[in-house]
Amino acid sequence: MALSLTINGTTHNVDVEPETPLLWVIRDEVGLTGTKYGCGAARCGSCTVHVDGQPAKSCQLQAASVVGKKITTIEGLSPDGNHPVQVAWREVGVPQCGYCQSGQIMSAAALLARTRNPSENEIEQAMSDNLCRCGTYLRIKAGIRRAAQLGV
Amino acid sequence: MNAINVSRRFFIQSTLAAGGGLMLGFHLPTSAEAAYTDAKPWKTPEKGIEVNAWLVLDTDGTVTIRVPHTEMGQGGMTSVALMIAEELDVEWTKVRAVFADPNRHLRNGKEYKVMSTHGSQLVALQHPHLMQAGASARERLKEAAAQAWGVKRADVTAKQGVLTAGAKSAAYAEFAAAAAKVVLDQEPAIKKDPSKWWLLGTGAMRLDIPAKTDGSAQYAIDTKVPGMVYAAVKASPVPWGKLKSFNADAIKNRPGVIAVHELRAVAGKRGQPDLQDAVAVVATSWWKAKTALDMLPVEWDFGDAANTSSKLYSETAKKALGEKGEMSKEDPKALEVIAASQKVVTADYERPFETHARMEPINATVHVQDDRVDVWSPTQDQSAAVLLVADQLGIDPKNVYAHPMFLGGGFGGNGGGGTGVTRQAAELSKRLKKPVKVLWTREEDVAQDKQRPMSAARLSAAIGPKGLPEAIFTRALWFSQDKQNQIGPATADYGIRNMPYNIPLRHHERHNLDTHIPSSTHRAPGANQTGFITEVFVDEMARAGGWDPLEWRFEMLKDKADWMLVLNTLKEKAGYRTDLPKGQGMGVAAVECHGTIAAACATVSVTRRGVLRVEKIVVVADPGHCINPHAAKEQMEGATCYELGHAWLGGLNIEGGRIVNTNFDTYNLLRMELMPEVETHLALSGGTKWGGMGEPAGPPVPPAVANAIFAATGKRIRSTPFKSHDLSWA
Ligand code: FES
Ligand code: FES
Repeated sequence: MALSLTINGTTHNVDVEPETPLLWVIRDEVGLTGTKYGCGAARCGSCTVHVDGQPAKSCQLQAASVVGKKITTIEGLSPDGNHPVQVAWREVGVPQCGYCQSGQIMSAAALLARTRNPSENEIEQAMSDNLCRCGTYLRIKAGIRRAAQLGV
Repeated sequence: MNAINVSRRFFIQSTLAAGGGLMLGFHLPTSAEAAYTDAKPWKTPEKGIEVNAWLVLDTDGTVTIRVPHTEMGQGGMTSVALMIAEELDVEWTKVRAVFADPNRHLRNGKEYKVMSTHGSQLVALQHPHLMQAGASARERLKEAAAQAWGVKRADVTAKQGVLTAGAKSAAYAEFAAAAAKVVLDQEPAIKKDPSKWWLLGTGAMRLDIPAKTDGSAQYAIDTKVPGMVYAAVKASPVPWGKLKSFNADAIKNRPGVIAVHELRAVAGKRGQPDLQDAVAVVATSWWKAKTALDMLPVEWDFGDAANTSSKLYSETAKKALGEKGEMSKEDPKALEVIAASQKVVTADYERPFETHARMEPINATVHVQDDRVDVWSPTQDQSAAVLLVADQLGIDPKNVYAHPMFLGGGFGGNGGGGTGVTRQAAELSKRLKKPVKVLWTREEDVAQDKQRPMSAARLSAAIGPKGLPEAIFTRALWFSQDKQNQIGPATADYGIRNMPYNIPLRHHERHNLDTHIPSSTHRAPGANQTGFITEVFVDEMARAGGWDPLEWRFEMLKDKADWMLVLNTLKEKAGYRTDLPKGQGMGVAAVECHGTIAAACATVSVTRRGVLRVEKIVVVADPGHCINPHAAKEQMEGATCYELGHAWLGGLNIEGGRIVNTNFDTYNLLRMELMPEVETHLALSGGTKWGGMGEPAGPPVPPAVANAIFAATGKRIRSTPFKSHDLSWA
């Protein structure tokens, strides 16, 4: 079935089953591979994207359900890779293997967009679905605090 | 570099680093400014002149360093670049790192010496030849310049990419071609003395960070080759089960389905499967393949293994702890002393199977063509991937090209764990004559992983009049298919048979018990399980003898300077105390592995109702030398999180012979809200010691927490996960 999706400001016409998870449309049909598969079960956050500005796990969204919505992936978070969260991530040196980090960055950016200066608790709550096996949590927190300083 | 970058040139700031050394810190490095790597680091650099296999110099000043090792988040890519750049003496900001070519490595008789990345060895064991590559290139550049300028090599200096002799000077690249042909009488010595280093030890930002903040870093799972098809695969959920039948007709009309294939087991080394019986659905997209596979009726013959369970494994372990081990270091005197002692401490410990669960689920892409085969595999050893694919296809490895990618985690599992999927992809590509990407679901990744063996032990000590142990009996066991090698007996009791403490009499035994669960190395093999066992027992022994557990360790290690250095640093940094109110406690532990001693002090609180909070963990490690304190700190924090996650929340559950908790809902590991504050310190003893840093910080963490729980509640934890214990207190 032909669907038209708006990803990072570009319209993509894809031919997929309507129930195909957005994650696989983004990765395999559109070819944007920054969004990662980690669990397919809403338990790792590696696949986090923004849908109309809200963080969403793309492995849980059927493609047909996001037609007409504004989808943003890590590749579209900023035109030049200089979103304050990205700048902070590089300053702090957050990633290790990096595999979870697109999801971490997207969750963090969404948090800062709605809460300028999040408390420790708010950070933990917003980030609790984003698993990191490398254990970068403390630097993620530091990165979020730094990004808050830089101003989102 | 363009004008903007030049005007924003970063400056080098001198500050005192934590260790007292001079730190060269780059201000706000951006991807354009800092030394860099590519998002596709396997791309061969197009320009420049090769000085040796590790090094390419370009006239624009770019220094390309080819990294033979894997980057799985441990900072290996940066470490290799640092070690070579240190000796070569070039501006760090001009350094570009790419992965070395595994095919070339094999074709030229292991040109890079070793490509495998395991055992925290990269710096510890490989620094001599990596630093040599930089030093040898530097001296050849000097010699080439000396010949051209008619001066002696000793009169030429090589510094920050510039060769100088008197009034003459030239960029390295000018002499790169000539240098490649220079033959030296003798290779130069490398700088072993850290006080002579200008770059190593200063704390460099990792080169791979920028590419990991914008989605551009490429992992094997991201591979896309023209004409590629996708496969979803299901192997027997009970390891070693036989595929009886499947009904391909039931799904052949599903959208996108191209073929359904049967894969037969291939035995690997050491009694481990390289490939299990499996069925693969190939389709035009992975999602289509996966959904069709979910609907495919499959019948298996599980055999006797279907009768096993975690409960049965536990019972088998308990029984074996009561029987004499198959290997013993007999000391009848130790047994006599224990039998006659007034005060004996005995305890049994057990830890379950654990899985690697790297964030990047296991995958591989293989493209078999008539004259060449291309491989994209998330393995910790790219040269092994070449040999593996050649073996599966029965062809000459010289026609197999592996393209190293970033790994979404490794944790010791992607050497062994990556083998099955790579064989699957090779086999399917051969049959279909198309590039094939095989991706395991998370559930398959956990179920088919080669797991960290379950282990158990019984320890018994006679406590003498001074409250210190006079004799110890230890009997260790673990369940492993591997009867010979590193995940077999040798690590089953590592740390138990060689406890560092000065206990006069020791009797030791071990069992290596059979299991159908494939096993593999896993971050800090052996020590990851036994560290908990020995260090909780130490706490028990010390307290039984009326000693404070930290003071006990000082007493029992007093003739070992490096252990004392680590423990003294821990005591000083952690503010260890024993007078906290009930419900709060501190616990310590110290473990050596990979040539590094690491000690941890945990502070916990436990509510009356038994809710555990790990407040803080201070970790101190002595790897002897440290070339990148940033990366070392990351590894210490990361290993702390990793081991704490397993010990607190992990444990694979086996029912009907299969692993049942195969995704992060049921195998739920440490998340941000449970992550304690972690403080890390290096206590470097220097000298000839070069230990690893990727693994050693993990093992002391679980026992430190278990000991802290005892201090807080009086409840003794002798098995993991902690979450299965009732920690409530009145
Ligand atoms: S892949 Fe979507 S939450 Fe894990
Ligand atoms: S950086 Fe590796 S999983 Fe988060």
